[in-house]
Amino acid sequence: MDYIIETEDIRKRYDDFLAVKGVNLKVPEESIYGVLGPNGAGKTTLISMLCTILRPTGGRGTVNGYDIVKDARKVRESIGIVFQSRALDDILTGREHLEMHAALYGVPRDIRDKRIEEVLDLIALGDKADEYVKTYSGGMKRRLEIGRGLIHHPRVLFLDEPTLGLDPQTRESIWRYIEKLNREEDVTVLLTTHYMEEADKLCDEVAIMSHGEIIKADSPGNLKRELGADTITVRVDRAPDFYELLQRQDYVKEAYLMDDEVKILVERGENLVPEIVNLAARNSYYVRAVELEHPTLEDVFIKYTGRGITEA
Amino acid sequence: MAEIEGIYTIWLREMKRFFRYRSRIVTSIVTPLLWLIIFGTGLGAAVRFGGVPGGYKAFIYPGIIGQTVLFTSIFSGVSVIIDRQYGFLKEILVAPISRESMVVGKALGISTASMIQAAILLALSFIVGITMSPQCFIVSMVIALIISMGLGGLGLVIAAFTDSMEGFNLIMSFIVLPIFLLSGALFPITGLPAWLQGAVYINPLTYAVDALRFTILRESVLPLGVNMVVITIFAVVTVLIAAFLFNRKEQNIM
Repeated sequence: MDYIIETEDIRKRYDDFLAVKGVNLKVPEESIYGVLGPNGAGKTTLISMLCTILRPTGGRGTVNGYDIVKDARKVRESIGIVFQSRALDDILTGREHLEMHAALYGVPRDIRDKRIEEVLDLIALGDKADEYVKTYSGGMKRRLEIGRGLIHHPRVLFLDEPTLGLDPQTRESIWRYIEKLNREEDVTVLLTTHYMEEADKLCDEVAIMSHGEIIKADSPGNLKRELGADTITVRVDRAPDFYELLQRQDYVKEAYLMDDEVKILVERGENLVPEIVNLAARNSYYVRAVELEHPTLEDVFIKYTGRGITEA
Repeated sequence: MAEIEGIYTIWLREMKRFFRYRSRIVTSIVTPLLWLIIFGTGLGAAVRFGGVPGGYKAFIYPGIIGQTVLFTSIFSGVSVIIDRQYGFLKEILVAPISRESMVVGKALGISTASMIQAAILLALSFIVGITMSPQCFIVSMVIALIISMGLGGLGLVIAAFTDSMEGFNLIMSFIVLPIFLLSGALFPITGLPAWLQGAVYINPLTYAVDALRFTILRESVLPLGVNMVVITIFAVVTVLIAAFLFNRKEQNIM
């Protein structure tokens, strides 16, 4: 597999505080990669170094094949960045922001207008494009910033907490938009987040970061699967008998009987639901309800860091 | 080529901001007129000022042009602090153009804004009874260009050390007002007590005001050439220092 971002033991020290402690990151090309961690975990410092804004204290890293220290300028030309906090000028219009960005990133004059129209189309600013940014809603500002990061057709888009402070609907629409970009423009997306749901729904791969270190990196599915147990709850008549029957199945790790419900812990629960229903039918039990619960990324996070993400 | 485009882009934004803040343009013209008409007439009536034809009002006219350039330049330079607070500075700092180009683009934008204001004031010279010749206008504009680059650079240097606009009042009291008052804009710089004389001569604006006074009133303490050399050196040095500071300063700007 080709990695578009790779770091080797990259570190950042501020005076006597080690913000990032020897991180090894491998981001596959054309993926959506999430760095998940609480505030203060070092996520922003890590991606600031990758964006060449901060100079690493030690270790090395490449983005798009360019060294982030020696070829900083080449890196900058090939990436788009959306900062955690707003980086817009209230008194310029959306279109002017895009024009300015295109000029600064050396988009040739003859294709500039076309690019701007493309991006405006994509971010659906509509007729607001020629109004001052101060009249925009939070979601529009965010879309403008993301669109701006794409004007020069970067290979990698860095998003630092892209949906921080947005309402749930806007958040969903930004997610869909990021997925669309990733799919249609072949852009690799590296984002940081402290929203479990965001990492889970959006990312192909997630690196869990805590106290300046990456503790674990894998796809959200694998991370959760590694915790093992999905929980299947079956409501059935003659529950005690069915409980006995289930205990004898070898895919069941643990089973509990609670009133008319049987709870079992299994791996890959989604594959087992039909199996269990069929088993009940063969033995003439009447199944009233089946519920499947996966472990959440929150559970994963707690397992690896020993604490919830909000209690950093 | 990319650098020229970068400089132009930064300059263009500065211009857009300048023309969109209408109230700022209005005040920047009204304030000097108040100085000229009220202060100039008032004090001119109280003191006998034989040095210059046209009297005290005419004497301070070049000084008030200098003052306008001073305020606009320093505050435009310091406005980088606002860009930093509102986050827009990040967008510029991560762009693949050199920090030198960013500083030069900004300084050129600042001096264009200052020159527009200087041009308006020069066109209003009849208010103080001075007729403006084309040569006089052009030389004055060149002086305004050079000194505004220098003062804009100074504003950028201040901005590089200041994180929030809370420092704004300090900048006003300890930098802008002293530069104005010590420039000889309002009084002749000859025959002053030694301590004041010294302070006046280390002030770069003094040389610009003296140069403007020579150009407009044919009267100056130092030769025009000396004044021009001093303000040119000042402009080059402040812009270089500003570029150096922005280059060196590592900021966690995410």
